Amino acid sequence: MTDGPLIGLDQVAVRYGADPVVADVTLSIGASTFLGLVGPSGAGKTSVLRVLAGSLIPAAGSVVRARSLTVGYVPQVQTVDWDFPITVIECVLLARTAARWRPWPTAGDRADADDVLDRLAIGDLARRGIRELSGGQQQRVFLARALLQRPRLLLLDEPTAGVDLRTRHEMMHLLGELHRDGLAIVLTTHDLNGVAAHLPTIACLNHTIVSIGAPAEVLTPETLETTYGAPLEVLTHAGMRVVVEPGGLVGSESAEHVHADRCRPAP
Amino acid sequence: MSELWAPFAFEFFRNGLVAATVAGALCGLIGVYVVLRGMSYIGHGLSHAIFGGFAASSVIGISYFLGAGVWGLATAVLIGRVSRHRPIGNDAAIAVVTTASFALGLALIAVFGTPARSAEAALFGNVLGVSATDVAAIALVALAVGVGVLVRYRALLFTTFDPEVAAVSGVHTARVDLLLMLMLTVSILVSMNIMGVTLVAAAIVIPAASARLLTTSFTTMLVLATTIGAASGFVGMIASYHFDIASGPTIVLTSAAIFAVAYVVHGVRRR
Repeated sequence: MTDGPLIGLDQVAVRYGADPVVADVTLSIGASTFLGLVGPSGAGKTSVLRVLAGSLIPAAGSVVRARSLTVGYVPQVQTVDWDFPITVIECVLLARTAARWRPWPTAGDRADADDVLDRLAIGDLARRGIRELSGGQQQRVFLARALLQRPRLLLLDEPTAGVDLRTRHEMMHLLGELHRDGLAIVLTTHDLNGVAAHLPTIACLNHTIVSIGAPAEVLTPETLETTYGAPLEVLTHAGMRVVVEPGGLVGSESAEHVHADRCRPAP
Repeated sequence: MSELWAPFAFEFFRNGLVAATVAGALCGLIGVYVVLRGMSYIGHGLSHAIFGGFAASSVIGISYFLGAGVWGLATAVLIGRVSRHRPIGNDAAIAVVTTASFALGLALIAVFGTPARSAEAALFGNVLGVSATDVAAIALVALAVGVGVLVRYRALLFTTFDPEVAAVSGVHTARVDLLLMLMLTVSILVSMNIMGVTLVAAAIVIPAASARLLTTSFTTMLVLATTIGAASGFVGMIASYHFDIASGPTIVLTSAAIFAVAYVVHGVRRR
């Protein structure tokens, strides 16, 4: 597979009114990218993701996209109106909206939707209302909708927020499978240890990119202090970096990952 | 039993019944989008704003449908622009623009004068004044809105449910919003003669709110809201004749009764 850039951001800045949120962000997303954007709340992770999605126009800098690039976007589940009267299949078939004028799905659309739902193990939920689903199932519905667009780039805003450890692991494994199938993926998360365990590349963001690279290169006490504005301890466990903050691990749900007695300080 | 069918002998009643049923269905259909977008107040505000257009078209001497229609659409677009100013917000923008438009209508009537009965009909509805032309106009608008909803079904749903992802997915959300505003404006316009400015918002909101309590499917909600709206118009008109009450209140009270039943059913299902 060629790794030509799908999207390139060059010195991008984002402002909401007069308040700068992101400045001087330069980032290249290739066809084989699997990148996790991490950083504190308000650091601009969602803003960068929205610039990549094309729903936010930067105040400065340039965005270059590959021709005919299809982007699948999975928003934060907290932003979704879960009381909206829509079934799983109605929601997933929205992915084919732009290409179709007639209100009912074609047999091909329906078959594709069924395939995607089956792959994500939610085929039996097709006729359920979205409000009847668990957090993990809700994430999969929106992932299914994004995948039905047959995107080359998948953007996910905090796909592991608010779900239990097992669901989070399943989601990360699923994203890994999709990446191996040839999908470029960029996600935002607060779960530092989760991305360190599953993703090949991390970008630490605090209004600008502090550091980007492999988890072993990026997850250092110095980088994390610059990113989060507080000292964080980094341990090595089974060859992986594990981030600890005073009072517990970063991403408190990650505690189950680690047996502290087997950890040693990172170099 | 023959007493029940007695009003059907009158042409004005038959016209009113058809108009109320079709207008009820139309308001129920478009109300689904209004309710799900959390824009219930805009239905209320737009009907008042259109009253300004009604007064202006009377003063200028142009067609009510043309004058009030253009006025209503301009108001809807203006609300959209004003509400983008962060310190103001959607609800305040609707209140400022629509009440100003309503006040302007009242001022125009006070200065230039207009037939009192027409103004009263616009404010409170007047089924006796529904002509065959009005019925044809309502039917035509209902047909056009029905086709609009059918053809742009998925785009309207996507833009209502998840506007940001819809835009990312290639849906022209600004065009879809404009289409919805256009359909809402003409729906209010043709329904005002039946329900009046003061009650047309209820005809938009109540059937959709009732349907929302009864289903988790968007398609089913559209069908249910349209049916509840039509039934409210039909039953409300017959009740209006027999109880000798204006058609607007009886139609709204009928749909409110259906809402009460839906509310109870919803509560029982959740137990």
